[in-house]
Amino acid sequence: MFSLSILSPVVEPVYIVTILLFIVALRRMSNPKTARSGIIAAGAAMLVAAVVTIWLPGMGNLALIGIAALVGGSLAWVAARRVQMTGMPQMVAIYNGLGGGAAAAVAAVALVMASDPLAYLVLAVIGAAIGSVTFAGSLIAFLKLQGWMRQRPIVFPAQQPVNMAVLALCALFGVLTLSGVHGPSLIGWMTPFFLLALLFGAMMALPIGGADMPVVIALLNALTGVAVAFDGLALTNYAMVIAGTLVGASGSLLTLLMARAMNRSLGNVLFGAFGATEEASGSVQGSMKPIEASDVAVMLAYASKVIVAPGYGMAVAQAQHKVKELMDILESKGVTVKFAIHPVAGRMPGHMNVLLAEAGVPYDRLFDRDEINEEFASTDVVLVIGANDTVNPAARRAGSPLQGMPILDVDRARNVVVIKRGQGKGFAGVENELFYKDNTRMLYGDAQEAVAKLIQELKKL
Amino acid sequence: MTLNVVDADAFIILLAAFTGYEVISRVPVLLHTPLMSGSNFIHGIILVGAMVALGAATTVPEQILGFIAVVLAAANVTGGYAVTERILEMFDRTQKRNPPSGGSGGS
Repeated sequence: MFSLSILSPVVEPVYIVTILLFIVALRRMSNPKTARSGIIAAGAAMLVAAVVTIWLPGMGNLALIGIAALVGGSLAWVAARRVQMTGMPQMVAIYNGLGGGAAAAVAAVALVMASDPLAYLVLAVIGAAIGSVTFAGSLIAFLKLQGWMRQRPIVFPAQQPVNMAVLALCALFGVLTLSGVHGPSLIGWMTPFFLLALLFGAMMALPIGGADMPVVIALLNALTGVAVAFDGLALTNYAMVIAGTLVGASGSLLTLLMARAMNRSLGNVLFGAFGATEEASGSVQGSMKPIEASDVAVMLAYASKVIVAPGYGMAVAQAQHKVKELMDILESKGVTVKFAIHPVAGRMPGHMNVLLAEAGVPYDRLFDRDEINEEFASTDVVLVIGANDTVNPAARRAGSPLQGMPILDVDRARNVVVIKRGQGKGFAGVENELFYKDNTRMLYGDAQEAVAKLIQELKKL
Repeated sequence: MTLNVVDADAFIILLAAFTGYEVISRVPVLLHTPLMSGSNFIHGIILVGAMVALGAATTVPEQILGFIAVVLAAANVTGGYAVTERILEMFDRTQKRNPPSGGSGGS
């Protein structure tokens, strides 16, 4: 009988080299100077692993494999090349989902063939379940980030019990699938099993929104790694086992680092339905005070230190190049310019760093929250560009939905200028007390246009 | 015999998990996005499993499932690579435009 667990003295050594290169690649990608060589090494390793797999004994359907690889590969390549840099978070989400879907499909083949011992099929069922969950979950995350679906958390009564019931039912059909694996009823058990796993994945992602999105993408990424590892065990393919485990472990760590950056537990992120509970309005005193670009320009030109706090608004408006230009002009006038990067600014950790790097801002000008928070008190002007929740002092107050989330203490600066499109609330749906403070001025407009106007005014001075 | 294989699997997973944890434990926030994207690419190794699955498929349902697996896995691989490459390309450009002022030169 033909088995999916095939080993070959030619292919295995190549897989070992692949794994070694993956580890080296991850290592190199942990340092900005070597990061690019890291992904190139990983890419080469992947290519070699894929090509050498063709020579595994007993491989058939080679034409089908070629067509499938070409179709999937070229579509994704073109999409990834064309998308705007702002769209990167959802691209990571969707490609992660496709990986999960592939893991589920591979496990499905193993179950349908049922040529391996039962112990291996148990592993396949687990891989199938996790893969389906990440596929559906990532798809929801993609739809939310792309704006094709309501971004705010979607909640309904008894959500957690319902989700748990779906999960339990899915597990039940998983067991039934295993029991019927050699019988005619297999498809009858397998179909609801997969549908329930997909349903659970989607329902798990529905109540998550707001600033929690990056954490969830990181978690789904780690889970796909775990699904791949289980598939690898089921197929006795150690390249998959080790690569999947690497991603699972590093992804879990990344998830925890990010959750910690927001001072929230993972459980809270998954089940807290962030921002779903609206705070009673009217608790904020004062009014928003608008300001003209020309006044801001003067304020900036005569400051000695300016800190820029960017957020998603900068990304949406593609304002990073203008912001770099603004930095150059201010520096030519002898102003010290720094950037304060909140760990979850934007829709992904490091989202702002990537965009500013694209515009050519040297990364030694970018500072973490911990590095720069003390400096705000001695800063003349803080320029908040399209950031909202990450600079909301309400986080320091008990009872606020943002309570406990670490923020940038921009309100401690002498002057705060907020560039913002309108008077709306942030992603979390919480009123921002910063905008009503005495030392805060609002410069309304699209981030790119507003910064362009500032540059014009500065040139006139 | 079977037990030995299970033991070996457990050790391999333990070591791989430890390696994954160690390798990224001191990563600056700057690299969180590219690293997430990069590890997103690495789990594209499921392509190998998808090829094996389709390669072993004999019946039509198996072939359909295997075909779907290879399409999705290949998309994960090329998409994951292209996204990561594009993100990291920016760091490269930043470095060339603003060479490190002191110390030994960059790559």
